[in-house]
Amino acid sequence: MAESSALLELEDVSARYGPVTALHGVSLRVGEGEFVAVLGANGAGKTTTLRAISGTVRRGGRIAFAGNSIAHRPPEAVARAGVAHVPEGRGTLTELTVRENLRLGAYVRRDRGGVVEDERRVLSYFPRLGERGSQRAGTLSGGEQQMLALARALMLRPRLLLLDEPSLGLAPLVVAEIFRIVRDLNEREGLAVLVVEQNAALALEASSRAYVLEVGRVAVEGSSSDLRRDEAVRRSYLGY
Amino acid sequence: MPLAFDWTQLVQQTVIGLASGGVWASLAVALVLIYRSTGVVNFAQGEMAMFSTFIAWSLVHQGLSYWAAFFLTLAVSFVGGVAVERAVIRPVERAPELTVVIVTLGLFFVVNGAARWIWTPETRSLPNAFSTRPIDVGGVAFSIQDLGTIGVSLAAVALLWLFFRFTKLGLASRASALNPEASRLVGVRVSWMLALGWGLAAAMGAVSGMLAAPALASFDQNLMQPVLLYAFAGAVLGGIDSPLGAVVGTMLLGVLINLLGTYVDWIGSELRLPVALAVILGVLLVRPAGLFGHVAEQRV
Repeated sequence: MAESSALLELEDVSARYGPVTALHGVSLRVGEGEFVAVLGANGAGKTTTLRAISGTVRRGGRIAFAGNSIAHRPPEAVARAGVAHVPEGRGTLTELTVRENLRLGAYVRRDRGGVVEDERRVLSYFPRLGERGSQRAGTLSGGEQQMLALARALMLRPRLLLLDEPSLGLAPLVVAEIFRIVRDLNEREGLAVLVVEQNAALALEASSRAYVLEVGRVAVEGSSSDLRRDEAVRRSYLGY
Repeated sequence: MPLAFDWTQLVQQTVIGLASGGVWASLAVALVLIYRSTGVVNFAQGEMAMFSTFIAWSLVHQGLSYWAAFFLTLAVSFVGGVAVERAVIRPVERAPELTVVIVTLGLFFVVNGAARWIWTPETRSLPNAFSTRPIDVGGVAFSIQDLGTIGVSLAAVALLWLFFRFTKLGLASRASALNPEASRLVGVRVSWMLALGWGLAAAMGAVSGMLAAPALASFDQNLMQPVLLYAFAGAVLGGIDSPLGAVVGTMLLGVLINLLGTYVDWIGSELRLPVALAVILGVLLVRPAGLFGHVAEQRV
């Protein structure tokens, strides 16, 4: 029963950049409302896994989202299906204002009233963005830009959030705040999250399950609390 | 013997220059639109505008009024621009910029040839959109035609600006030009935004052509070639990635060329094109980003 309620299911997914294969048959799943982490060293294929899901890299294998195959859909169609991808480096449109970035996040939605309401709700998570509505996104600090990228993704009202290295280049306090908000969204609103992180300790604390990738394959998977306690895994794969 | 300086003449010639600039401005904005989304100058923009102008001529020839033909031509040009993008630009969407430039050069000859084939190469004329009667403002006589040309061109640019600034579709097409990948991740169909840009550029070009033609006693299929050059010079002067720059640049260029022609005897009307070329060269040497443009950042 639990098997059939998977929101996202990857089976034997491969991906390549030109002639270079970056994923060799990755299988993973994210349940409805689940918080899952993908860990691993640099170049293990973490970012590529997210890109394969959202369609921003050439991929093969089976990818099902909410029961439908998305393996051959372009990124804009995956987004329309309800998957919001916050890419590495945030993908903020720095020349647009904060408010324009948020409006853009709701681009595919037709329910105007819902969008206005969601903007208020999303800004309640990120009050600092509300104060900077008419400011160009490029003038925000790194942490604020990461928050804007998150807020923009939420404006899609996604069922699944793909987060790529949210801690990259940010101060520890800011990172902690971002993870607290993502956890809040997961717990209070039932938003499913698939996060890719270098900072394994942080990701294992926030998530309920995790996969460890090694050269484009899943090396270890298990509950986050088990992985945290497993000294061998920590030493050989997570380096802490 | 020093004569008193004729201020009336200066003001009159400035307005005439602004009117020329107005004709070039909408074509320059079309060039900027394409440049911002594809990174290349569409060399066929002028020929597409010429084709639109011939469509307008045919409509007027069928008995439509100038203004009915004007708006119908805008709609047809928009659809034509979208179709051209889908047919010839989409296949090279991911090709290097030089490939796209070559395609637009090819398009130049195809559109020109098609216009010669459809409309025989005799000269024709469009009726004046405005009264040719002069009006008197504070003792200075202006032609209504010139003021109308400036007004229509600025109105077209203003409408375009409102579209980009205040509509969802406008926001999505700006985003697509700035960051295509991030735009696709929020569900924007970036490829269609490019087509939309070509449609809008074709319509802006049509405005330029339909303003340029009535000012001439007669025109043929070479109508827009000098206009393209002036528009390009004005866009470079204003900054090739700035729509506001394109308008200011072409207006300045119009005034500059007209005043030089009026006050510098040896320039006259024959050396107008070389002056425009000199402006392009000068701007590229002294201030490559133009007045309002951004310096291209090259990642190494």
